[in-house]
Amino acid sequence: MSTVLENEKPQFSPEAMAEVQRVIKLFPEGRQKSALLRILHIAEEQFGGWLSVPTMNYVAEILNIQPIEVYEVATFYTMFNIEKPGNVVLEVCRTGPCMLVGSDNIIDHIERKLNIKVGETTADGMFTLKTAECLGACGYGPMLQCGKDYHEYLTPEKVDELLDTLRKEHSTSSNS
Amino acid sequence: MGRKLLLEHANVPGIETYEVYRKHGGYRSVEKALKTMSPQNVVEEVQASGLRGRGGAGFPTGMKWSFLAKPEGVPRYLLCNADESEPGTFKDRYLMEKLPHLLIEGMIVSSYALGANQSYIYIRGEYMFVLEIVEKAIAEAYANGWLGKNILGSGYDLDLAIAPGGGAYICGEETALIESLEGKRGNPRIKPPFPAVKGLWGCPTVVNNVESIAAVVPIVNDGGAEYAKIGIGKSTGTKLISACGNINKPGVYEIELGLSVEEFIYSEEWCGGIANGKKLKALVPGGSSVPILPANLICKTAEGNHRLMTYESLADGGFASGSMLGSGGFIVFDEDQCIVRNTWNFARFYSHESCGQCSPCREGTGWMEKVLRRIEYGQGHMRDIDLLADINKKIEGNTICPLGDAAAWPVAAAIRHFREEFEWHITNPDEAQKRNFGIASAHMPLV
Repeated sequence: MSTVLENEKPQFSPEAMAEVQRVIKLFPEGRQKSALLRILHIAEEQFGGWLSVPTMNYVAEILNIQPIEVYEVATFYTMFNIEKPGNVVLEVCRTGPCMLVGSDNIIDHIERKLNIKVGETTADGMFTLKTAECLGACGYGPMLQCGKDYHEYLTPEKVDELLDTLRKEHSTSSNS
Repeated sequence: MGRKLLLEHANVPGIETYEVYRKHGGYRSVEKALKTMSPQNVVEEVQASGLRGRGGAGFPTGMKWSFLAKPEGVPRYLLCNADESEPGTFKDRYLMEKLPHLLIEGMIVSSYALGANQSYIYIRGEYMFVLEIVEKAIAEAYANGWLGKNILGSGYDLDLAIAPGGGAYICGEETALIESLEGKRGNPRIKPPFPAVKGLWGCPTVVNNVESIAAVVPIVNDGGAEYAKIGIGKSTGTKLISACGNINKPGVYEIELGLSVEEFIYSEEWCGGIANGKKLKALVPGGSSVPILPANLICKTAEGNHRLMTYESLADGGFASGSMLGSGGFIVFDEDQCIVRNTWNFARFYSHESCGQCSPCREGTGWMEKVLRRIEYGQGHMRDIDLLADINKKIEGNTICPLGDAAAWPVAAAIRHFREEFEWHITNPDEAQKRNFGIASAHMPLV
């Protein structure tokens, strides 16, 4: 994983570029813009979990569309980060069904444990805490999403374990 | 024990792989349709089945298919709506995780019926792990000749692909879904023209929910008439229900339409009763957009008939004393839950998810959220309750898509049935601020 600085020109790895080309071919000739959302997901994964302006311009160039067409999509959909988040982004579902089974307590617990509020990032840049609206795990709550993974049936103890595991995983990956 | 038409093999180990799925009778409907039926025959079977759209609106699927325009030389598209985001609903995720090939099989037969040679599954971006499962299954289907050119030597070609969203509830609305699939913001389109005439890239398009498409498989296998034997009246077949909230056994259940609500909530076979020995307080039977029902209107209708899990029975009494089956997002509230807090929670959801295109929805959902928050946190005034009703009326029916209505209805229903809880929050501001659970737990000592 690499992070793009403002003035740096991003470049997909050969594997990611092959995936981008495959995704574009799922749509008819001339309809390549349809691949935009999928490519933005790939770009976030490649470039540090967010979409910088150079990243979005780079995607526009690949799809042969105007940069504004990428910006408007990146800012409309809540999954895309247009600011750099922490290494690990925790998104706790807080909608009705999760609230009924205690998501408020999970959010409180994480806030106290990491000493941050919802929307903030820890001082060491490790964790960003967010809330999310219904993630489709209503029967398995409380839950949170971290990257592609769903963590369900949460209790404060399970959250503590999860935070420890994530901290270890992500400190080793950034040292390597 | 009810019949299982969709989930019969859901717990067979390895059913997500092609070999195991095929061994359990998978892809029979494709063989039957492509070898022995014309596309029109398939449409007729779906019409005969009485299948109604399982995404929430309940519009007859066969009729929707019959509206598809078929101009010469213009491609037609079938899109599967897997943007499941309605709070309380998680059945499509379950179906796709467990039985990805069932969805693909349904997509092939349905695409054949509609004359589509290119179809897409649009899945919500948060379900990336589900996308990977379905995409793997699509590759298996290609490798075994169920997708691609000249399927089973019939001369019929079909390409199928999956595309993710980016976290926007509004993309579950069919025209917003089309916009999103074109790589744009998910702003719903003004109808007409309907997608059946002008949809994806301006071509005739049908958009169907995951469960509707999966249901086409047993309909083709056993015939529409056989499917229509299950259920009551215009509620035919089986339905997936996502049961959640304060119950003993949350999960996804396939029921025969016509089961009684009481049995569904209390039987060990289904929800297993209210959790922690508590009492039932309220029910949202069809996802957050449908009206909430108070305890006395859940198991029985206002007229005293048994309430059944059907489109008609759940709607019995209209907005005064009924609700809707909707998407089957079945949210159960126990006696400790605060209706004001929950109504505020849902209002915040709609305010967050409004696409911002129509002023009544963009401004109205945010306004309702603010008013409800101040009531919940002990800052409300009596006149706020009428204010909410007034904002409601100004949103309802005045927007391009139904998100505005979906935001207004739950608030109106909560006030209709639980007005005293709103009033309690206003007359007991100190208590309301200290408690998460409002009037419901007002008899409990504060901790």
